[in-house]
Amino acid sequence: MSMLEIKDLHAQAEQQEILKGVELTVEPGQVHAIMGPNGSGKSTLARVLAGDAAYEVTGGEVLYKGQNLLDMDPELRAREGLFLAFQYPVEIPGVSNVYFLKAALNAIRKHRGEPEMDAMDFLTYVREKMKVVKMEESLLQRPVNDGFSGGEKKRNEIFHMATLDPVLAVLDETDSGLDIDALKIVADGVNSLRDDNRAFVVITHYQRLLNYIVPDVVHVMVDGRIVRSGGKELAHELEDKGYSWLEQEVATGAAEPVGV
Amino acid sequence: MPVSGTELLEEQVNKKYEAGFVTDVEQETLPPGLDEDVVRFISAKKGEPEWLLEWRLKAFRHWQTMTEPSWANIKYDPVDYQSISYYSAPKKQGDGPKSLDEIDPEILRTYQKLGIPLDEQKMLAGVAVDAVFDSVSVATTFREKLADAGVIFCPISEAVREHPELVKKYLGSVVPQSDNFFAALNSAVFSDGSFVFVPAGVRCPMELSTYFRINAQNTGQFERTLIIAEEGAHVSYLEGCTAPMRDENQLHAAVVELYAHERAEIKYSTVQNWYPGNPETGKGGIYNFVTKRGICAGRAAKISWTQVETGSAITWKYPSVILKGDDSVGEFYSVALSKAFQQADTGTKMIHIGKNTTSTIVSKGISAGFGQNTYRGAVKILRGADNARNFSQCDSMLIGDQCGAHTFPYIDVQNPTAHMEHEASTSKVGEDQLFYCNQRGIETEDAVSMIVNGFCKEVFKELPMEFAVEARKLLEVSLEGSVG
Repeated sequence: MSMLEIKDLHAQAEQQEILKGVELTVEPGQVHAIMGPNGSGKSTLARVLAGDAAYEVTGGEVLYKGQNLLDMDPELRAREGLFLAFQYPVEIPGVSNVYFLKAALNAIRKHRGEPEMDAMDFLTYVREKMKVVKMEESLLQRPVNDGFSGGEKKRNEIFHMATLDPVLAVLDETDSGLDIDALKIVADGVNSLRDDNRAFVVITHYQRLLNYIVPDVVHVMVDGRIVRSGGKELAHELEDKGYSWLEQEVATGAAEPVGV
Repeated sequence: MPVSGTELLEEQVNKKYEAGFVTDVEQETLPPGLDEDVVRFISAKKGEPEWLLEWRLKAFRHWQTMTEPSWANIKYDPVDYQSISYYSAPKKQGDGPKSLDEIDPEILRTYQKLGIPLDEQKMLAGVAVDAVFDSVSVATTFREKLADAGVIFCPISEAVREHPELVKKYLGSVVPQSDNFFAALNSAVFSDGSFVFVPAGVRCPMELSTYFRINAQNTGQFERTLIIAEEGAHVSYLEGCTAPMRDENQLHAAVVELYAHERAEIKYSTVQNWYPGNPETGKGGIYNFVTKRGICAGRAAKISWTQVETGSAITWKYPSVILKGDDSVGEFYSVALSKAFQQADTGTKMIHIGKNTTSTIVSKGISAGFGQNTYRGAVKILRGADNARNFSQCDSMLIGDQCGAHTFPYIDVQNPTAHMEHEASTSKVGEDQLFYCNQRGIETEDAVSMIVNGFCKEVFKELPMEFAVEARKLLEVSLEGSVG
């Protein structure tokens, strides 16, 4: 059974259609990269998978571990192991990072029929995870993302991912706004979680991240659809040629929507 | 020739019989209506001395000349003062429901959600308490402990009998009868309340709570509380409880006076969850119109008010501190929730009179549903108040888009050496914050209460611990169903 099967997915926001028939299949153990120009719908795809009510699904189907994902509430999707690393992580003043994560992890564990962790056990557990993203202890007690720099917010997303142990992780432009060092830390974090039972969908603008997180499959999204798929060389081809050649192909109808 | 109070009363009662009034002075409840006879009746029923009856009558006569204030940011159906009954006797054991099965299941569900132990639930519901949980003997033990320390803690009616000099000296010294419409009314018809006296140098050995006042009667309507701390004395008092309280009497006009001598400290914490009214129509809820004031009469005295107000249809109160003594300190920490059709106009007044006085105000207002929450605060620094310092922070949080948050800060500084800081913020629990929490596996209601708790943290940490735990749970339960 595939981890994720997206079939002819259509979605709109404010009466504007953004996803126009996305097709994608992801197997466990794989890392898929999705690239594409601004406005192609990459982030929308990520948010629709997570269940953002701002987007209305108007057609198609998404199967996650064989289940109908679109029928599930966002928190149920999360408890079933779907994780989204947000492009613009929101701030939650007054709620500490550690308190928030403990609540989240316990909600997931409860769903899985596992015993909840108390504060002491959780602190021990989470300290191990902090090493994965070289997080300072002080960021644990600070309110979630409140006063964090852009880079700290992105690293915090990966820290959350490491703590919550997801099955399918979608990373929405995690590399944007990061310098090389921060990028390496994030990449190391993701790589350390690569596993035969886990899959990643990495959405990125630039090929650079993919030097560190080497994908199994690269897709290109243009105008609401995946129009080309290939191996990691496709990313280099895009770096050399840009997106316009593909955009033209799409416009003239020469490119067919493809999924792997 | 002066007639004794009792003779006068009998005369009046007999007169009323002709008009169809009830003769039996042993009766349990007065029919609705308010006039001097009612005031005399109440006083006679309690066996009060002449001076207190006169005090009540003076207040009543003054009340008759006053107009109900209408400047607050609240709307309510006018109260017909002649349609309220001003006296009802305490319920006897066995009068109430025979078991919890007779109680409204909705109320029971709330008790369970608040984690209230079964025996306490029974007590709250008025079910006769059995031998396993003998509230009277528990209270007796506390009384002995307090007596050892020299602390007086009893109903005010008892204090009038046992310690009249103290009551005479302090009653009305912080909130004069003429202070405002509701204080005048309360002074005329107050039912009962707590009296606390902590002698010089004594740290009260435990937190005082209305729970352990023997014979805590059905006094919610016009409660009168008086707390006195002599030089260097310390006391912490807890009022109210998280359990939702229903009352046939809709108007609650209480008066609380705190008197702190030199170097004394009084901490007064309130958790209020009176019936807020029908969730669909807003009708029938309690009007909580309270006058609370403390005076730091001596040097370096300190008074702290902490309140968590989640109930009542209307909450209208300004626990205040008069900072008369040099180096005295006043504090006000508040969380006020208005949801469904609730309205709150609450805040504080800090009056700086002495030198080197300090006041701190932290107000957190939460609005949800169609709730309207108003913070009204006044900081007055009088001419002689050298080196006064005030820090005020009022934060509002809006949940949903039909509610309102309003702020009316009044700042009156008459001394150029004053140092004031005022911060205010308004925030909304955003859709994107809730979605972020959802995406981490946390459902919306838990997310809202987590965010609101974070918002109220600064106030909760001022509450005595058990109260703080209860207050958090209360806020969670109160917010249920307010999102979506």
